[in-house]
Amino acid sequence: MNKIENKILMTGDEALARGAYEAGVLFASAYPGTPSTEILENISKYKEVISEWAPNEKIAFEACAGASIGGVRAVCAVKHVGVNVASDPLFTFAYTGVTGGMVLISCDEPGMHSSQNEQDNRNYAHFSKVPLFEPSNSQECLDMIKIAFDISEKYDTPVIIRVTTRVCHSKSLVKIGERIDIEIKPYKKNINKYLPVPSVSRNLRKKIEERMKKLKNFSENTELNYIEKSKNDSKIGVIVSGMSFNFAKEVFLDNATYLKLGFTNPLPDSLLDEFYRQVETVYVIEENDPIMQSWVERAGYECIGKPTFLPYGEMTPDVIRSAVYGEKLKQVEINTDLLVSRPPAMCSGCPHRGFFFELSKMSRKKDTIIAGDIGCYTLGFAEPYGTMDYIVCMGSSFSAAHGTQKAMEAAGKDTKVIGIMGDSTFFHTGMNSLVEVLYNNGKVICVILDNRITGMTGQQGNPGSGININLDASPEIDIENVVRALGAKNVERVNPNDLKKVRNVLEDAYSKDEPYVIITDWPCALKPMGERDYEKYGQDLFKTKYFVEEEKCIGCKSCIRVGCPSIAMIKDGKIATIDNSCVGCSICEQVCPTKAIQISDFKGLNNITQKKPDFFS
Amino acid sequence: MIKNILLVGVGGQGTLLASKVLTHGLMQAGYDVKMSEIKGMSQRGGDVSAHIRFGDIVHSSVIEKGSGDLLISFEQMEAFRHIPYMKKNGVVILNNQVIHPVAVLAGKEKYSENLITEISNTLETKIIDATEEAKKLNNPKGANILLIGATIKILGLTDINWENSIKANVKPKFVEPNIRVFNRGMNLV
Repeated sequence: MNKIENKILMTGDEALARGAYEAGVLFASAYPGTPSTEILENISKYKEVISEWAPNEKIAFEACAGASIGGVRAVCAVKHVGVNVASDPLFTFAYTGVTGGMVLISCDEPGMHSSQNEQDNRNYAHFSKVPLFEPSNSQECLDMIKIAFDISEKYDTPVIIRVTTRVCHSKSLVKIGERIDIEIKPYKKNINKYLPVPSVSRNLRKKIEERMKKLKNFSENTELNYIEKSKNDSKIGVIVSGMSFNFAKEVFLDNATYLKLGFTNPLPDSLLDEFYRQVETVYVIEENDPIMQSWVERAGYECIGKPTFLPYGEMTPDVIRSAVYGEKLKQVEINTDLLVSRPPAMCSGCPHRGFFFELSKMSRKKDTIIAGDIGCYTLGFAEPYGTMDYIVCMGSSFSAAHGTQKAMEAAGKDTKVIGIMGDSTFFHTGMNSLVEVLYNNGKVICVILDNRITGMTGQQGNPGSGININLDASPEIDIENVVRALGAKNVERVNPNDLKKVRNVLEDAYSKDEPYVIITDWPCALKPMGERDYEKYGQDLFKTKYFVEEEKCIGCKSCIRVGCPSIAMIKDGKIATIDNSCVGCSICEQVCPTKAIQISDFKGLNNITQKKPDFFS
Repeated sequence: MIKNILLVGVGGQGTLLASKVLTHGLMQAGYDVKMSEIKGMSQRGGDVSAHIRFGDIVHSSVIEKGSGDLLISFEQMEAFRHIPYMKKNGVVILNNQVIHPVAVLAGKEKYSENLITEISNTLETKIIDATEEAKKLNNPKGANILLIGATIKILGLTDINWENSIKANVKPKFVEPNIRVFNRGMNLV
């Protein structure tokens, strides 16, 4: 075994961050979203780079575009659906081009590990007419982003790097380099480039065609696109990009010649011709859309692509193996009747629990439709709450609820329509969503579950949290002030762990025939706590525990029905018990009819690991 | 020769730290290493898995069903769930712990009491009471590193400097407690 010198194990996200740093990036912006979050988290560790969480992906992209116009290299890293949000500036920035290099990293999710859809964002590169890179491992992530910045500046265009969950979250060995210092380009006003009124844009549009012609030449000659000849003189050909390259090699090994494409817009026609001279049967293996397949077929070649390889899901080795050979590896059978699934659940001490518990009771009694949104609170749809009818996308719950409410009204129905989103989602696109309700005389109950942090992606700061990407103190935008400034009259702020108060507020909201904003206010149990949190929410925040006095427990399961993972039934289901993961939210205590649940005299240590902000430690 | 190791558990059990220590050591020993981790949507309580592959040259970072050599599970149900990933002659290292999914807590589904029998009837299984053993050493959260100690013994990789890999992945004050449980894990198999 050869010693692999000077290499370190990195995820694709870490390598992209490292590569951006080495490329001399000066400005980086993102909105967190799986599997992209760790890119900015890692860039922010390099103090030479100005790193920021933006309120949403469009704003992150725009800030990067502005930084590029200002003469520095900038990178924006978002998840696939985030590119939808950022697409507006993308399409026009593709016209104007850049001053400092600008790279947009799109982290796609074939297979939907943690997303509401899967979409092939390679389409965005073709659609907006910008160059596209597809790294297939961490080393390529690091190398390609550096090339991407050079291409961006040389060809005067933003560039997209498309990675997928398996690239982002897989670790492989990487050789790292040094940061190059890029001089900040002096600012020069240039309205013929940067002010896309129609007369300017018509010229810019023509330039895009010239640019793509030159990039075609690059694509034909770059080492990122290459033919890897079969060591066994196989006449099987495989055209492949991204993570699918590794998966395909796992199945075909040396028994195929590969056309490995790392730079995929524009695609290299002559290289394709050369490839087809060497092979007979050709498989095109790509996740999601048949983009390379269409290219091959347009060139007049025959290939096996979709639908032999499914147009959805990941092209993992088992998927490729069954598509090509009609069989999978032999598997050990198990009795699947014994399997119990482990769906994600709200954590112990989650501040969403109390609100959803009360809402589930209320909404079962009264005719209600509930629009949800994207965040941990999406879990409000699940048992035991069942308090969600539909979700559209980030920030949609108030506006979509508004439309539903108008439809109900038109149908002559009295249905209450509720929209629910979190604090980060409110700042993302929820503010506009609320404006829709207020401006158009809606009657939606708009609920903002403020847990003081962006929870689902791993406790990132947002404009309402008072901490920035480095966990340093930052200006804190008060949601209640924003809501009132927008003109909302019925605004109630409530502690979601106080069930009676939640109930009263909900009753009041149901009774009103006008917009009503409820803001729940309690931190995420995993949030990095600062002094301000302890001052506001109490010194014993998440430091208490409850226990069951067994003699008093009648086994009624009221506490079980709040859906807390710390509570279970023992002794043949006759007695409830609370384990050590309790962090003292007290909701079970409030629902216990016999006062069997008591606060323990335990103080201090609990087994939650919280990140500590710099100003706290 | 490629070895395929699957580490599975429940969010909050330290599955990912264990995989970091393991991959760090393998890399130091000069192997090509790839690792892929999948965590679900929620921060806590969902199932978590890490695929680790090492050898001369590793292509895929994902272990194909039917190709696993070693399944290290921090929890019974998760071991059972991942058996289809294993070769017929694969080995299971099982922490004898049960963490009830929410549906079981709520009494809506039953958590089979025969899972250990089911697992050990299917594959060669080494059961370790890692959680209890770690508690005995005053490191209740150290079950993950204890299992890694057992793993490297079974793989015959005791020559690697594992203390270095622990140091590289945990905070200084947790180094000693983790080395203690690591050594205990080695001695248990």
